[in-house]
Amino acid sequence: MADYEIPETREFPIIPTIMEGAMAHSSPFVADEEFQTALGFPYPTGKEKGELIDGWKQKFLDLLQDKLTKYRSVQVFMDICVKCGACTDKCHYFIGTGDPKNMPVARQDLLRKVYRRYFTFAGKYFPKLVGAIDLTEDVIREMYSYYHQCSECRRCAVFCPFGIDTAEVTMAARDLLAHIGLGQKYDNQIIAKVHSIGNNLGLPGPALADTLEGLEEEVEEDINVKVRYPLDEKGAEILLVAPSADFFVEPHVDGLIGYGKVFHAAGVTWTLSSVASEAANFGLFIGDYANMRKISLRVRDAAKELGVKRIIFGECGHAWRVAYNHLNTLAGPWDFLDPNYPVPQHILEFTKDCLDRGILNIDKSENDHMTLTFHDSCNIARASRIGEFPGSQFVTPREVIKAVCNNYHDMVEETIFDQTFCCGGGGGLLTDDLMEIRIKGAQPRLEALKNVSKDYGVTHMAAICAICKSQFTKILPYYGMTMDQIVSVHQLVSNAIILEGQGEESEDSDDTEAA
Amino acid sequence: MNALSILYVILFYVAIIVLVAGVTNKLLQYKRVPAPLRIPVTPAPITKTGVIYRFFTEIVFFNSLFRSTKWTWIFAWMFHLSLLLAFFRHLRYVISPDSFIWPLVNNEVIQSFGHYAGFTMFIGLCGLFGRRIFVDRVRYISSPSDYLMLLLILGIAFSGLMMSYVAHTDIIELKEFILGLFYFSWHNLPGDAVLLTHLTLVLFLMMIFPISKLLHAPGLFMAPTRYQVDNPREVRYLSEWGAELEADGRNK
Repeated sequence: MADYEIPETREFPIIPTIMEGAMAHSSPFVADEEFQTALGFPYPTGKEKGELIDGWKQKFLDLLQDKLTKYRSVQVFMDICVKCGACTDKCHYFIGTGDPKNMPVARQDLLRKVYRRYFTFAGKYFPKLVGAIDLTEDVIREMYSYYHQCSECRRCAVFCPFGIDTAEVTMAARDLLAHIGLGQKYDNQIIAKVHSIGNNLGLPGPALADTLEGLEEEVEEDINVKVRYPLDEKGAEILLVAPSADFFVEPHVDGLIGYGKVFHAAGVTWTLSSVASEAANFGLFIGDYANMRKISLRVRDAAKELGVKRIIFGECGHAWRVAYNHLNTLAGPWDFLDPNYPVPQHILEFTKDCLDRGILNIDKSENDHMTLTFHDSCNIARASRIGEFPGSQFVTPREVIKAVCNNYHDMVEETIFDQTFCCGGGGGLLTDDLMEIRIKGAQPRLEALKNVSKDYGVTHMAAICAICKSQFTKILPYYGMTMDQIVSVHQLVSNAIILEGQGEESEDSDDTEAA
Repeated sequence: MNALSILYVILFYVAIIVLVAGVTNKLLQYKRVPAPLRIPVTPAPITKTGVIYRFFTEIVFFNSLFRSTKWTWIFAWMFHLSLLLAFFRHLRYVISPDSFIWPLVNNEVIQSFGHYAGFTMFIGLCGLFGRRIFVDRVRYISSPSDYLMLLLILGIAFSGLMMSYVAHTDIIELKEFILGLFYFSWHNLPGDAVLLTHLTLVLFLMMIFPISKLLHAPGLFMAPTRYQVDNPREVRYLSEWGAELEADGRNK
């Protein structure tokens, strides 16, 4: 582990005093020419990487004008902030770093000051009075730094009296930056891979088939039941769109094993797709509608090609946000699917329904070696539902966990449900060049985890987001915990579920114990 | 009519036009700009009635602010409620006694609550001002205009209180002036300094309303994070420019 200053975790949270410039040095790598062009963004030809394109200033202002006429959120949020300070202590990156530019309002202000200068009466004629500033390259660099210290988690928006969502501002700003040459390497590279290969990990179809075959063998060896993990099977009822990390990263893959077991027990036919072999949609993170749409359309293509009746998404936070809110807009209409099911569904909605109908045979004691808590992923908590009613995104995962585990305890109220803290790696920041901010941003969540561990003996934290899982696997050791303390919810389901014929020696034994 | 009164007649009309036209223009602008993606902050209502209830809790109780920080909430809520009460009290100065709403305005409850609201408004504003100075985070995000806005409203509250308790103005003459504005039959305005200060600050406030952060009042209703119904799986939303992208035929 590299050497980073690890924030303290305490019994009760403390709001830091501000430390100007504490994280001013943090900036992600800039995208190479290849990954700018692949996404339709310009590259400063003939210049060093990281330099701005010619005429960047006018381009930036023109595009800002464009945003203001295309996104009501951006236009309204630029105008209505009263600087009341309600959001100032709500961002995990501020709590973890004390850098005042990580206060949501100050982050918005990086763009708002420019907006005021060029687009408002007060800012044009009385810039000093209203804190409006000229657009300079320094301002651009500062934006690039601090708009990549935001995970677009919307915690600030929960507390804003006017519903101002910094995520909207961050997305807009990142898109503007990408259009003057400053695309972010990690995000752009991943989106380019999705466009060209089909998933974030760059795993081509044949390799994926191999992986899934290996998974089937592994599961059969383990429980002596042939659970299928099909790929590109035409005529299957369900298309499962999972984050590609589910194919082989721990603990994600244990979740995928779990999905397969639930489908097996439910007796439905399902398939993965090599075209849409990725639930993630980083188009959201970079605030680019066209790229987000292009990524979403792969799901439509796959669903049509395979002739499925339903679409179910696996455990992935922002993917579910995009799927739940935008799939209909971007890749709909879905009139060719079975109208009896919502499009898309979350895997937990499916599993919860199976549990309610009593068609899963569960042995909760299989998880008795763990005491669980649940990490509400930001995008699921504050930008979706998993179920019928508002707030079901909190209830459904907990009910499923409690249905398959005996020992469960929630973290402190101010850090769960819609007040949940981001893992610290969301919003396109899950890259090694941003390790410091990822570690510091995890502080509020891990403080709560440590406290619930101490007070109630919690040993493991379950999550339903590929980014959260990857982030915690990497960050937990920095805080003196172990990487296997983060688990997938469907991993717990997988542990507890007893399939028909499971554990029996030979295939010809009777079926009497099957439920 | 004296020159001062003529000046204030003009200022009143200008201020009202600027306020109404400016805010209308802003709201039309917000309405014109599409909201291409569904972004309600969840848990969000799944019906329109639910959205009305959500706004009710925000406008009447400042629900989100209450969850955020109790100090700011106390001062902010105190100020805004006082503003409302003071507004009702002031209706007495602009409504004719012949009007059917006169009894609703000119009664013990409205008048005495409105009377004391001046003090609570002042306290609330001082609290907000103090917070801006003493909390390092809020100080960091404050521009000169943020302080000045509070001072402006403090000045309005203070001059109002002065008229209530120290230097009464000729309220009969003032009312004739105000009603005259409505009926286009103009009268003289009492010339005392406190009243003129009070009115000047109010007129200034009205005029900067559409170009300042005071837009938070109407703008609040235009935040997609709050007004949108949470039903994106049931209803397909598509903006005009989003629909144009579908000319590529990929959504067929």
